This record gives sequence, structure tokens and C-alpha cells, in this order.
Amino acid sequence: MDLLNALVALANFVIIPALSYGSQLALGALGVTLIYGILRFSNFAHGDTMAFGTMMTILVTWKLQDMGVSLGPLPTALLALPLGIAGTALLLIGTDSAVYRFYRRQKAAPVILVIVSMGVMFVMNGIVRFIIGVDDQVFADGARFVVSARGFREMTGLSEGLVLRTSTVITVATAIVTVAALFWFLNRTRTGKSMRAFSDNEDLALLSGIDPERVVRVTWILVAALATIAGVLYGLDKSFKPFTYFQLLLPIFASAIVGGLGSPVGAIAGGFVIAFSEVTVTYAFKKVLGYALPDGLEPSGLVQLLSTDYKFAVSFAILIIVLLFKPTGLFRGKSV
Amino acid sequence: MQRLLTATAASALVFGAAVSAAQADDIKLGVIFGFTGPLESITPDMAAGAELAMAEVSDSGALLDGATVTAIRGDSTCIDAGAATAVAERLITSDGIKGIVGADCSGVTGAILQNVALPNGVVMVSPSATSPGLSTAEDNGLFFRTAPSDARQGQVITDILVESGIKSVAVSYVNNDYGKGLADAFQAAFEAAGGEVTINAAHEDQKADYSAEVGALASAGGERLVVAGYVDGGGSGITRAAIDAGAFDTFHFPDGMVSNKLVENFGSEIDGSSADVPGTDSPGAQMYIDLAGDAFNPTGPFSPESYDAAALIMLAMQASGSTDPGVYKDKIMDVANAPGEQIFPGELAKGLQILKDGGEIDYVGASAVELIGPGESAGNYRQITYEGGEEKTVKFR
Repeated sequence: MDLLNALVALANFVIIPALSYGSQLALGALGVTLIYGILRFSNFAHGDTMAFGTMMTILVTWKLQDMGVSLGPLPTALLALPLGIAGTALLLIGTDSAVYRFYRRQKAAPVILVIVSMGVMFVMNGIVRFIIGVDDQVFADGARFVVSARGFREMTGLSEGLVLRTSTVITVATAIVTVAALFWFLNRTRTGKSMRAFSDNEDLALLSGIDPERVVRVTWILVAALATIAGVLYGLDKSFKPFTYFQLLLPIFASAIVGGLGSPVGAIAGGFVIAFSEVTVTYAFKKVLGYALPDGLEPSGLVQLLSTDYKFAVSFAILIIVLLFKPTGLFRGKSV
Repeated sequence: MQRLLTATAASALVFGAAVSAAQADDIKLGVIFGFTGPLESITPDMAAGAELAMAEVSDSGALLDGATVTAIRGDSTCIDAGAATAVAERLITSDGIKGIVGADCSGVTGAILQNVALPNGVVMVSPSATSPGLSTAEDNGLFFRTAPSDARQGQVITDILVESGIKSVAVSYVNNDYGKGLADAFQAAFEAAGGEVTINAAHEDQKADYSAEVGALASAGGERLVVAGYVDGGGSGITRAAIDAGAFDTFHFPDGMVSNKLVENFGSEIDGSSADVPGTDSPGAQMYIDLAGDAFNPTGPFSPESYDAAALIMLAMQASGSTDPGVYKDKIMDVANAPGEQIFPGELAKGLQILKDGGEIDYVGASAVELIGPGESAGNYRQITYEGGEEKTVKFR
């Protein structure tokens, strides 16, 4: 029984939160990695693209809620997602033709594009704040819990509660579906193959008659979809605040780089590596050990490897170690 | 196009000069709050409070032969000391402000004080910087606050918890001067009262994910979680994650967390929790609410203190007959404390008149101002409890 309690406590405070945070990071990192792989620059505006997509989705969600549409136990935002993606795709394609295309034609160095994307980041940040304001927006509706802490305790008779939130389940499920669809698209469809060809060798791809503008457009649409889905999932799980999305940029880039920039599999692995390392290394094992160890051996201290202040240090230490020993990342992306 | 721009700029300059010449008796006061950043949802009501006092004085025409007072807003960002210092520097050197109402957060307030206010000799009256560290900071008599030090708040929280029969708590604080100062002050007071603090851990503001922090807090345990953070930042994030994971059922929220936003975000999920926020049951509080009307939310945190901060500066100018910060700084304690006639919100004209006639006043204001020690409020707190998704005042301490 005590061992069960220990497992439940571990699952509730380490495994489930890290799983859902990891999925959000993985989706974000996929977007970054796609742009890096195909357009060959690090897109700093990605966090704010997520914020913009989420904002579009929230606006549509509010409209739907006003009209009385709902999905029952599921959040209405899922219904609004396609429109949110469409709006974001329009914005990204617009930004591309107004800004990035100019630099692409000039064959500008990647570092210039990075700085340009920073400018785009500030503009998008401003647009989002201007339209929806700077405050927290809570837009999750439907059932909040699949299993609540109290319900679980009553059901099992354990003293530890296990919480399974609707948003966690949706996050993990959507992440799996999205990633599967993306891989199918990249590996099985003609457009996906032409994108990979373009990514591997631009000149060769051009010679074989691939339309570069079309590849770029499709890339932005995919990025819009990934960013909006990641942003909405994150917003449903926590809350929507433009400033926090800007802050998400750092862990997302860490995930993409750890996994290997340009490698989709790497982005997913990187997301989970970062999320799990942040949560596990700083977890205080007092409670878990208190259950698992025999009487009299319970720890009196917190049994915490590092204080939670260091959780960012942990993810960046991993980043540095990976870059030192495997500069291309865990899954052989393009070197940075 | 370029010529058009030049012309516009030139005419703006001429126009600006004309305007400033026309208002020779216009006194400018800086209002430096974090209009962006983790306090951005409460600062508009704070600034509106300060500007209300300035408008009241300007309309009365009683200040220094009918001078008017204009507010110049600056963004302290609450967290970026560099940006805050730059904005204060600009307000002093290019706008020529004679005093600062602000800043809001303790960290940027200390930075502006040391880097800008001291070298330039400008008075600062902060309505909301509560770090105990500011009590002992070197200030040449230029720094005051209408908010109490958190050393006092730590004691108040201890009293509230002990009276509710709570013996062990976990503490999560935002990793800055305010959070650290308050958490340490509280831990010292609570342990002196025989309570146990199971963990006293920091959280970074505005971060994406707080599962790691909540995991550690839950593992340490405690009857209640004290969240010394910001409602627009990590404080809400920690609370949300703790409720969702079933880690804690009740909380205690210090002043940075108390806001309509808290009730909006959590509703009945925080039933049974307690909170404290600077506040008073003196008649001044109600008069301030009536005075503000519907223009803004006068019950917002630190809005009354902001009104009082601005009022103190202007009353001290009148008492000393000068707008020079080096002169009027000595009068701030005099106008704030007894003896003299009590002055409430909406009565600034009366106070100015008494001072003009050589009388004495005891400014009570909206927050029952009583300055002690190094020029900080003695501290009145409103104890709050949450029931049925609503905020209820228990009593005043």
C-alpha cells in the first residue's frame, strides 16, 4: 500500500506534469526546427507566433461561447482551433512576403535573418498585447478533471491523490496525433518530400523543378498549425498571458537544440528531456521515500538534489553537455 | 517625406515650448509604476489615485500661488532595474520633475533611489515598495513610503495563521527583493511564535511551468501554502498548479496577490484561504472611494496609498513654500503626523490653506498615514477570507 502511495505521489507531481509540459515543448520545438531545417534560420518570433495563434483561437472561442456552442466535457477552444490556425497562417505568410522574402532574395546570412526575426517578434508581441491586452485570459471550459485528487482518494482508499486533468489528456493526445500527421506528411506526401529535399540540398531541389516559394508557403502553414496547437494546449493547461509566451521561447529553443536543430524526432525527444530534467532533478523526494522506505528510515530533510531555483540551470547544463559532446544534438540535426 | 518629418518635428518643438512657457507655474511630478510587467493589472488604479490627488490640488489653486501639478508617467516595469533607472533619469533631466510618486516594486525602487534619486536629490514617495531592506537603505532623507515594511506584514500573517490554529506552512516566494524580504520576515516571525515552516522556496516570476516548484512544496507538506508572489505573475501560476495537483487546499495570500483578478481566476477553489492587504477602517478609506467615483477602482491594492503619496509631496511643498526637493523633504514627516488638523481625501484644498496660513496639519488620507522610523507607514492591514468564491473582510489589524 505504501509503495503504491509512493508511486502515486511520484506520478502526480513528476511524471504527469512533465509529460504534459514536455508535449507542449515538443510541439513548440517542432515549429522552430522546421523553420531551421527548411528556411535555415532560428525564428525568435516563434513564442509570439504561439501567442498570436492562441489569441485568434481565444477570440473565436469567445464568439462560439456567445453563440452557445460547446463540446460538452471538452473545451470549446478545440472547435475554434482550425480558424485560429488559418488566421495565424495568413499572418505568417503575410510576414514572409513583407519581410523574410526580401532577405531571402538577397541571400542574406542566417544571422541577419535571426535579427530580423527578433524585430518580427517585437511587432507580433505588440499586436497581441494591443488586440487582447496584457492580462491573463482564462478560456478553458468543459470538465476540468478526468480524475480529481479527492475522487481518486475515495476510489482507491490511498492517502495520496492522483490528478488527471482534461487538459493533460488532451495535450498528450493532440501532441501524438499532430506529430503522427506531421511525419506522415513529411515522409509520404509529394509536398512533404519536396520540403525535405529542399531542406537537404537547396540547389539540387531547385534543379529538379521544386517551386521554392511553394515550399516556403507550406512550411509557414505547418509552422502556424504547430505553433497555434502548442500555444492553445499550453493556454488550456495553464493560462494565456502574452508575456509568458515570450518567456516560453527559451525552453523551446533548448529543446530544439538538445534534440538537434532541424531534426523533427530530435525536437520531440528534446522537449521531453528538458521537461523531465526540470521536474525530476529538483523534486523533493521526502514524501515518496517516506512511503517507500520502512518505518524508522524516513528522511527528515527534503531529499532534494537541487533547489527549484536551479531548474533552469539544469536544462541549460544539459544543453551545454550535449553541445560539447554532440554538437549536432542528440539526433544529428544540422550543426549550429 | 524627410522635409515633412523635419517640419513636423520643428513645429512640435515650437508648440511644446509655447505650451511650457504658458504654464510657468506648472509643477511636474513623476508617477513611476510598472505599467507593463507583473503588476500591470493593478498599476492603472494606483496611477489614477496619484493623479486624482494632483488634479484636486491643481483645481483648488491653493498650492504656492495657484500652481498646477501635472503627472508624468514612467514605466518602471517592476522587474527591470535598468529600464526603471533610465526612465527615472529621463523624467528628472528632460521633464524636470520635482518629485517621484513611486516606484512600485521594491527592487526597482531601490535601484531608482540609489542610482537616480540620491545623485539628483529628488524626493521619492513609494506607495507599494514593502521590502524591509529599504528601511535601512541610505537615502539622505529623500525616501518615504506610504506602505509599511514587510517586517510588519510578516508579523501580521503570523498573527492571522496562529489565530486560525495553523502550526505548519510551506512558503513559496517570488525571487526578488519583495518576495525574499517578506518570506524571510514571515519565517522569522512564524517560528518565533512556535510555528513550523516546512520549506521556504523561491519561484521565478512569469515562467512557463511550475510543476517542479509545486512538487517540492507538496513533498515538504504543511497545512497551508503561503504564496508571496504576484497575482499577474508566478503567484497565480503556483496557486493554479497547487490546486490542480491537489497539493494544498487552502492558502494565505500576502498583499501582492490580493486583487479582483485572484477571485476571477480561482473563484471558489480558494475557499477557506486567508489573505492580508494594507488597508484601514478609518473614515478616509470610504471618503477616497466616494471621491474616486466610477473613474477607476479605488479599492485596488495600493491605490489609496498612491493618492496619499502624491498628496504628501504637494502638502510638504506648501508647508516649506518651495518646490525644491532638498527643501520640502524635511516637511513630509511634519505634514503626515500629528499635531495639527486631520486632513482626509477630498480635503487637500483645506490642508493647503491651513499650511498657507501657518497652521499645522496631520494628514490622515485614504490609508490612515502615520509615518514612523525612517519615513515609512506604521502599517494597517485588512484581513481577508475567501468564502463562496468571494472576498470577505474579517477585520483590520
